[in-house]
Amino acid sequence: MSKPVHPPALLVIDDEVQIRRLLRVTLESEGYRVREAETAQLGLAEAAQQPPDGIILDLGLPDMDGTMVIKRLREWSGIPVLILSVRDSEEDKIAALDAGADDYLTKPFGGRELLARVRAILRRAQPANEPAVVRMGDIEIDQAARVVRREGREVRLTAKEYGLLRILVQYRGKVVTHRQILRELWGPNAEDSTHYLRVHMTHLRQKLEADPHVPRFLRTDSGIGYRLVVE
Amino acid sequence: MTSEPARPDPDLLLAALHEQEVRAHRGRLKVFLGMCPGVGKTYAMLRAAQQERVGGTQVVVGIVETHGRSETQALLEGLTVLPRRAVRHREATLEELDLEALRALRPELAVIDELAHTNAPGSRHAKRWQDVLELLEAGSNVLTTLNIQHVESRADAVRQITGATQHETVPDSLLDLADELELVDVTPENLRERLRDGKVYLGERAAAAEEGFFQESHLTALRELALRFTAERVDRQLRALRAPMAKQTVWRSGERLLVAVGSSPFSTQLVRWTRRLAAAQGAPWIAVHVEPLSPPAPEEQKRLDRNLALARELGAEVLVTQDTDMAAALVRTALQHNATQIVLGKPRHAWWSRFLPGGSLVDRVIQRGGNIDVYVVPAETAGPPLTFDSIDHELRSSAAEYGWVAGTVAGLTLAAQLLPQNYYLAAGLVFLLAVILLSLKVGRGPVLAAGILSALTWNFLLIPPRFTFHIEKIEDGLLFGTYFVVALVAGQLTARIRAQALAERRREGRATALFNLTRALAEARTLDEAVFAALRQADSHFGARTALLLAEDGSGPLHPHFAGSFALDDKERAVAEWSCRHRRGAGRFTDTLPASAGFYLPLVREDRSVGVLGVVVPREASLTLAQRDLLEAFARQLAMSVERDHLQAAGEREKLLAESERLHRTLLDSVSHELRTPLSVITSAVENLGTADAALRESLTGEIRTAARRLNRLVGNLLDQTRLESGVLRPRPDWCDIQDLVNAALDDVRDTLAGHPLEVSVPGDLPPVRADFTLTVQALANLLLNAALHTPAATPVFVSAGLERGGQRVYFVVADRGPGFPARMKDRLFKKFEQGDVTRAGGLGLGLSIVRGFVLAQGGEIVVGENPGGGAVFTIYLPHTPPQTPPSE
Repeated sequence: MSKPVHPPALLVIDDEVQIRRLLRVTLESEGYRVREAETAQLGLAEAAQQPPDGIILDLGLPDMDGTMVIKRLREWSGIPVLILSVRDSEEDKIAALDAGADDYLTKPFGGRELLARVRAILRRAQPANEPAVVRMGDIEIDQAARVVRREGREVRLTAKEYGLLRILVQYRGKVVTHRQILRELWGPNAEDSTHYLRVHMTHLRQKLEADPHVPRFLRTDSGIGYRLVVE
Repeated sequence: MTSEPARPDPDLLLAALHEQEVRAHRGRLKVFLGMCPGVGKTYAMLRAAQQERVGGTQVVVGIVETHGRSETQALLEGLTVLPRRAVRHREATLEELDLEALRALRPELAVIDELAHTNAPGSRHAKRWQDVLELLEAGSNVLTTLNIQHVESRADAVRQITGATQHETVPDSLLDLADELELVDVTPENLRERLRDGKVYLGERAAAAEEGFFQESHLTALRELALRFTAERVDRQLRALRAPMAKQTVWRSGERLLVAVGSSPFSTQLVRWTRRLAAAQGAPWIAVHVEPLSPPAPEEQKRLDRNLALARELGAEVLVTQDTDMAAALVRTALQHNATQIVLGKPRHAWWSRFLPGGSLVDRVIQRGGNIDVYVVPAETAGPPLTFDSIDHELRSSAAEYGWVAGTVAGLTLAAQLLPQNYYLAAGLVFLLAVILLSLKVGRGPVLAAGILSALTWNFLLIPPRFTFHIEKIEDGLLFGTYFVVALVAGQLTARIRAQALAERRREGRATALFNLTRALAEARTLDEAVFAALRQADSHFGARTALLLAEDGSGPLHPHFAGSFALDDKERAVAEWSCRHRRGAGRFTDTLPASAGFYLPLVREDRSVGVLGVVVPREASLTLAQRDLLEAFARQLAMSVERDHLQAAGEREKLLAESERLHRTLLDSVSHELRTPLSVITSAVENLGTADAALRESLTGEIRTAARRLNRLVGNLLDQTRLESGVLRPRPDWCDIQDLVNAALDDVRDTLAGHPLEVSVPGDLPPVRADFTLTVQALANLLLNAALHTPAATPVFVSAGLERGGQRVYFVVADRGPGFPARMKDRLFKKFEQGDVTRAGGLGLGLSIVRGFVLAQGGEIVVGENPGGGAVFTIYLPHTPPQTPPSE
């Protein structure tokens, strides 16, 4: 993999010095530039002064609630944000995603996982580069022609199934909350009809996955939403 | 001298310790106590024995007298009955308990009827209770029966009641050994009915018994005796709980004083005098009031209450009893309570009392008192004469009764005018009849008046010469004299019998009320139930409304109990608080705040009030001494219940504390073990990383990864458990794909499960189910981990899921081929910090407890069973309602 000419700059906001150090080592080895902030206040100031390409934000900061940090940030900027959180704050994660975070990562996490998530959130920053055809394994999604092929043969999808797939492709690699999908596919009043979503997902898996019981691409992200895994 | 806080008396402590030591080896003794033969003691005892037998105890019946009663006989079925030992005595062959054989059998529980029995001459012991003692000391538990008349300290009282002397008695000290005393009680009517039905004695003996020993009045008195005996014992046992701890006064001698208290101011002096004497002797004392048959005047009642209150305050046990014969009542009470000295006031008034049958009160007490010392104390100041003798009460009856008398005599006189002159003899007889009939209706005073009035009228108006008091003929004079005496005596006798019957009925009522209360309190499982039962009893018995205020934690502020039937306003509340604080009755009918609506009695235990009983009786009603006595008994019983509750609560708190301490220790031990093991792995692996070659490096990082995963799991489990326990766990059910749930759980534990072949079977067409995704996944993951950690490597793990009961229920099954669980583990399996016996990889024993918590929180259940062919099967069930199918597109 060739390194980009202008390596992306990332801002790590975390109060744990060890985590910051670890993130710096991991990210710099992949060619990112890393800046650090110890508190939410410092982090927001840093982001405002010199907007980074992405922010890695710990939810449990001492001086401000993580969700509040994202809201403040979203008032003036669309910088992609990856949340770091401890395991049992599912509700916090959803709140943070709803507030505008792009994805989350649970502590403890592995290095490879971190890099995959970082790549995914940074991709959104360049919508112009969005390819018309996305491939994963033997599946080919032609967004321009609205055609999905598996092993070269066209797969017939209903409108809702295609809609669901298209949202996941758009945010591929990142988690998409149930609410987000429901809002986009059924409108704002359908946020509670999650069982429709389950049924459509089941159908979609049956049509696209080799083993629909153990999906490889259309993954469930526990209690939060779905994620399309492309790599 | 400095006053130290009371310290435990070393001798008492030693005695208590010795007692405990002996008790530890000695068998337990349970006595079934009855008021008289035929109440069903043997029956109750055998039922208890049968229960023990069913519970697996080795029971041997040493000796049981069934008296041919078939129900009792039937209860012997299935019990080992020891053959009796035949003893030849003169002409007869007697059958006795075979103590040798029984000792040789060493039963866990021996059943021996009739504790008071006297053994045939030539037996090892003279008395059966000595046999029982020997068995107890040999370590056997014993069930036995006893009638109250055979209790040594009560034998005299029984003789007073029935007139029969008891030769077979059991010393009270043996009963003190009894660990349990169960009162077998029936009402007198019931017993007499059973007697008539031939259930007690057969044939002629029954009829004779009914007239003799089993008279209703005897039974009522015996029953009260038995009830009191039992209640006193319970009371004493409670006191004994605390006795070794700092008892302020230790009775130095067997002395006990009794003072007679009346309503006169002189009684006040008498009470004080007795208190001084008791203090000097270091002896306990009793103040007794003998209630006359008719209620005293209000101001006398007030003085009497004051005197009794004073006695109570000075430390006396206050008793109220009822009798027409004051002397007999005093001596009876003295015997019942083992009083050794009686204190009486020196009578100042009654010169004529010397001519009464038996002499003055002092003389009569001395005559009857046997070896009881009698002190006669002179009045120190001039006051109104003693009012001990009841004559002046009884002379005073209501005006209405005198009206009746006057009316009857006048009516008869008018009627007599219609008779021919020479019928005056018949008229005399009619007058006599009228006097006797009146005596059935009115008090002794009016009857006396009726006798005199009718005699005079008869003489004046009818006996010739008429309209003079003069009598001409000698036989008329004789006749008149005889009439006068017969009318007076017959009238007085009848009135007295009637009064006694009334008193009997009242006493019966009291005994019944007390019994009902005791039973209700004994049956209540909680304090609330007990209070509710007691207050309802008091309501109905006194025709009053009652309330109970309980002190918070036994000494804090008072809170009304919900069972009360009236609410206290602030003023009444203040009276109740005063009563509680000063441990004295207050409110209406007392000296303290008598204008209050309610009468308040403190519930006193030892040296503190645990609450206050409040009673509101209708405005016009008053409270007799007997009622007050009964109310105090109620308060005492309630206080005992409350204290028992406190003691129990304290005991439970202690148990909880011990349990939580155990948990804490276990937690600390295992947490430190569980944390340190992976940490030391990481530490040493990291140290070796620097010098390791590539292959070793890889295996070291693998170790570190495993250790880190284990740490993470531990923290997760601790957090989950904390969430469960803090009660903040609120499941957020949402539609989940069953396949998703299983996959997520498998993902969580994939690395740990790596060595085990996995067989997953989940149908593909399952509808979404409503569940909390995270909780369910966590529960499944824990079950999988459990399977991975507790089964040998390479044994398979099975996972399946689906719907059953027509789609009403979702199941998730995790099965393994491990060693399974011992049956006895199954109950404890889901408890915190419990681990199977075959723990391989440590763990905190939290996993299954969390699974259970998460499943229960979602309204589901978890079941553990055996896998046919070996291994354990855990099944999680969650309720399920099928979702709507999405609208077709």
